[in-house]
Amino acid sequence: MKNVLGREVPDFVPGYGKVTPFKGAFKNFPEEGKRKAAPLIKYAIPRYGNKVVNNLEEVFLKIGIKDGMTLSFHHHFRNGDKILTQVIDVAAKLGLKNLTVAASGIMLSHHGLVPHLKSGVVTHIDTNGLMGAVAEYIAKGKMENPIVIRSHGGRARAIEAGDLHIYVAFMGASCADIYGNMNGCEGNSIFGSIGYGILDSQYADYVVAVTDMVQEIPLSFISIPQTRVDYVVKLDTIGDSKGIATGTLSLTKDPIQLDIARNALKIVDALGFIKDGFSFQTGGGGPSIAFTKFLKDLVKERNIKAGFAMGGITATIVEMLEEGLLSHAYDTQSFDLYSAKSIRKNQNHIEVGCDFYASPFNNGCAVNGLDVCLIGAFEVDLDFNINCLTGMDGIARTGIGGNPDTAAGSKVSIVTANLIRSRVPTIVEKVHTLCTPGESVDVIVTDRGIAVNPLRQDLISTLTQKGIKLNTIEELKEIAENIVGVPEEIKTTDKVVAVIEYRDGTILDTIRQVKEN
Amino acid sequence: MRIEKIVKAGTVESSDISIILEPTEEDEIVVDLTSVVKHQYGASIEKTIRKILNKYNVTGVNVIANDRGALDCTIEARVETALERAGIEVDI
Repeated sequence: MKNVLGREVPDFVPGYGKVTPFKGAFKNFPEEGKRKAAPLIKYAIPRYGNKVVNNLEEVFLKIGIKDGMTLSFHHHFRNGDKILTQVIDVAAKLGLKNLTVAASGIMLSHHGLVPHLKSGVVTHIDTNGLMGAVAEYIAKGKMENPIVIRSHGGRARAIEAGDLHIYVAFMGASCADIYGNMNGCEGNSIFGSIGYGILDSQYADYVVAVTDMVQEIPLSFISIPQTRVDYVVKLDTIGDSKGIATGTLSLTKDPIQLDIARNALKIVDALGFIKDGFSFQTGGGGPSIAFTKFLKDLVKERNIKAGFAMGGITATIVEMLEEGLLSHAYDTQSFDLYSAKSIRKNQNHIEVGCDFYASPFNNGCAVNGLDVCLIGAFEVDLDFNINCLTGMDGIARTGIGGNPDTAAGSKVSIVTANLIRSRVPTIVEKVHTLCTPGESVDVIVTDRGIAVNPLRQDLISTLTQKGIKLNTIEELKEIAENIVGVPEEIKTTDKVVAVIEYRDGTILDTIRQVKEN
Repeated sequence: MRIEKIVKAGTVESSDISIILEPTEEDEIVVDLTSVVKHQYGASIEKTIRKILNKYNVTGVNVIANDRGALDCTIEARVETALERAGIEVDI
């Protein structure tokens, strides 16, 4: 069947269930009278105050992990993560099959998962995104069942609604005490906020703290409390702190990206947002990091104080907090070591879970209070739909993050992107993978022009009055194609390798197996 | 026209293309293309390479092309430079 965006979606997905097609950004609501999923009631006998077990194998045996169960992981160690594959290695050793890996992200360091996909130890994946060897394996259609991709807000919603039921949450922690309290900001492998794991730990049947540092009670800074934790296991290695800052995070020297960032800030300023109490989410892409740096300078120059910053927190945002240029930072993910260390010592730097961040089905999440968000895109189509997942080869390269969540919540969402990447135009007729619906995407700032969604006549009128030159999105497409030629579409087979779920639980699109050429 | 030695032009830097021409005993042109944009422009790149070789009536050649998103003008220039290095007179 086709959804309202004209995307063909299956009626049913094995391991996921019946599909509700996407109907519109604010068109699908929770069932009346429905209650949240609830965790198991537990008890603990006083004086047996030590939850430490010797190794992962013992954890599997004590909990009684069986075939077909769902194990969850957060990806705060990013490309340094060494927990997920160690856990699945143990599952394989114990002869388990048909497991679901529910990870907030599948990273480059998870290439060790591929043999377990081949052998059937893991047969389902539920994640925000994926890259590297696992992404390639899946794109080539080698898994029997489609994987499920959810935004950060959507994953929180799915856990709260019971759609994603986690049997055991293996929660990486840089430090834990013997009674299970844990955090990500003390110890030798710190990563900062444990935001992507917080919901897992609140709803899973069993929670295991996986750490390389165990302390006596009590831990002075608690991100996941002892009341939710069944076991503590110490491994020789859980992750490489240097791995958390790899990838997208250094301040770019690329003049094109710097130019895009300056233009994006010019738009935000022209729309009148730069004043006391201004709230924003910028994220970790090249132009975003530069934008935040320029924003900081502007806020300082105008002698004002921003309200809150949300999302992936970077060093520049922490500096704004420290210099009194920003009231609060809500942190689901600390992008660098400087911000990872700040959570522990700065009370205005607040660790939050993804329900608080972006879940659409509660009394109001943080993205609803955003004035402006900057989002990335590999492709944007003439209807302003965004692909922020699959690259030029049709294979997933990253996660969709909070892209659809922030776009839906903020007053103005701004895409920053080069108009051309390695000959491929960013503006296309139809995006290869639809991750964020165009109705919540407002402005696109490229190095060769700026376009505003015609749904936002208010923005077009303000920006035009302020003398900012705008193009239509069709014009941007033509500018690019005059330089690089018209691209052919990526060829795929009919096999669905992934479904993309919108934050409200409906299905936006699918990814199909790439045809080799 | 045939070439008599292996020649190379271009690089594998972003937005460039590396072209290696290799003489063969056969009469046809064989293009072995690697490209980061093969899905989008693979057919177009091969067509451009063949267009330049045909322009100078060159046959009996293996083309090993490693493309990093080069535009058509770059592809044409790299193929012509390779031909020039093989001793063929090109109009540049």
